[in-house]
Amino acid sequence: MRILIVGGGTGGTIVANNLARRLAGEIRHGGVRITMLSASDRHMYQPGLLYVAFGQMMPDELYRKQQSLLESSIELHIDPVEEFLLDQKRVKTAGGHTHEYDILVIATGSRIVPEEIPGLAEGGETFYSEAGAVKMFKALRAFQEGTVAVVVGVPHKCPIAPIEVTFALHDYFTSRGIRDKVEIKYHYPIGRIHTIENVAKWALPEFERMGIRYETLFNLKEVDAKKQIVYSEEGTETGYDLLVAIPPHRGMEVIERQSLGTGGWIPTDRRQLKMEGHDDVYVVGDTTNLPVSKTGSAAHFEAEVIAQNIASEVKIGAPVCEYDGKVYCFIETGYDSATYAMFNYENPPELKAPNKAMHWFKTSYNKMYWTSVRGLL
Amino acid sequence: MSQETTIDARNTFCPGPLMELITYMKQANVGDTLELLSTDAGTASDVPEWARKVGHEMLSSENRDGVWHLRIRKAK
Repeated sequence: MRILIVGGGTGGTIVANNLARRLAGEIRHGGVRITMLSASDRHMYQPGLLYVAFGQMMPDELYRKQQSLLESSIELHIDPVEEFLLDQKRVKTAGGHTHEYDILVIATGSRIVPEEIPGLAEGGETFYSEAGAVKMFKALRAFQEGTVAVVVGVPHKCPIAPIEVTFALHDYFTSRGIRDKVEIKYHYPIGRIHTIENVAKWALPEFERMGIRYETLFNLKEVDAKKQIVYSEEGTETGYDLLVAIPPHRGMEVIERQSLGTGGWIPTDRRQLKMEGHDDVYVVGDTTNLPVSKTGSAAHFEAEVIAQNIASEVKIGAPVCEYDGKVYCFIETGYDSATYAMFNYENPPELKAPNKAMHWFKTSYNKMYWTSVRGLL
Repeated sequence: MSQETTIDARNTFCPGPLMELITYMKQANVGDTLELLSTDAGTASDVPEWARKVGHEMLSSENRDGVWHLRIRKAK
């Protein structure tokens, strides 16, 4: 049995390690082989980028060598896939190699596409890449007074990020003693300040307490970087002195190029996590078109289901469990408090009051992630 | 040739039905019709409000067996 995992992010790495443990005996006796193809030899802890943007983490804290995170029985190649030949059960890589499989796991993730909004890349700061987060920190550091506008592209990874960055901005300028010289204005695509109703209900009085202005039904259309104005699809506009943007995302180019899914999102069965029409292909994390958050948390819980089912297919010839839509998101509510949202397909999140203990748990998790992605937590 | 696409946003809390609709609307061509399925009661008012503000055309809205079916045509 040849199991091929394409992508070495959170989802792909957890699938690989979980499988390697569940199938240790089969691998040892030569009946199973696990191969991973990754585009990078480094693995990034992406939630850490928010901390880099506020000078609370250094970029080098975000990385580990991908090989160091994998069980030794997993064969790793740093060689991204250029072509999926699903009918022939094989893929071709940028390095010119062909890998055949019996079961394929696609975990290629997503990418930011600020260029979809004219002027956004020139006019906005983002923290969705290492370079962007460092640049944003320097822009914040240089900022002395004026209006900071937070705007949100659709779709985007980590739906809680718009709220988190807004609270962090409030605490950052407060800590510098210039909050009274800075106006923070938050813009959100739908008719309330967060897509999760309970998060919106909780955050609204917090915004009012902190003096954060907001505008809803604001979808990015265009940024005029010279005039420092953002225009919305809804016909409104907002001026800024510093623009902080959650950029729109797409799936990876190889997925779009091969027409595996519109926008780069692969049509996926929401409970079995198999690619629609392909019984031998699983999809995990951001790569799916599932109506769940694009977060490491969703990828983690999906990965556990996929690994359990692939292992049971090997051992008894049938899958044994289903993904219930589970997501668990920390919500940093400033520099020293946090809460969380946990939900699935059936149950909405019920928010607890933010507290310091949850913030310290999140701070600890920033280190514990490396244990988690190894499949030990 | 305009297309009709169904978006199954039943039993989803994040990113939620309207955010799903906005995502698919960005991918659609002018003239395409999107049918949004939602079990969120707020969808019946949220979606028409957004479509009106942006300028898309609401074609129909009905509740069948607890599921909202909203059809919207991309107009711009």
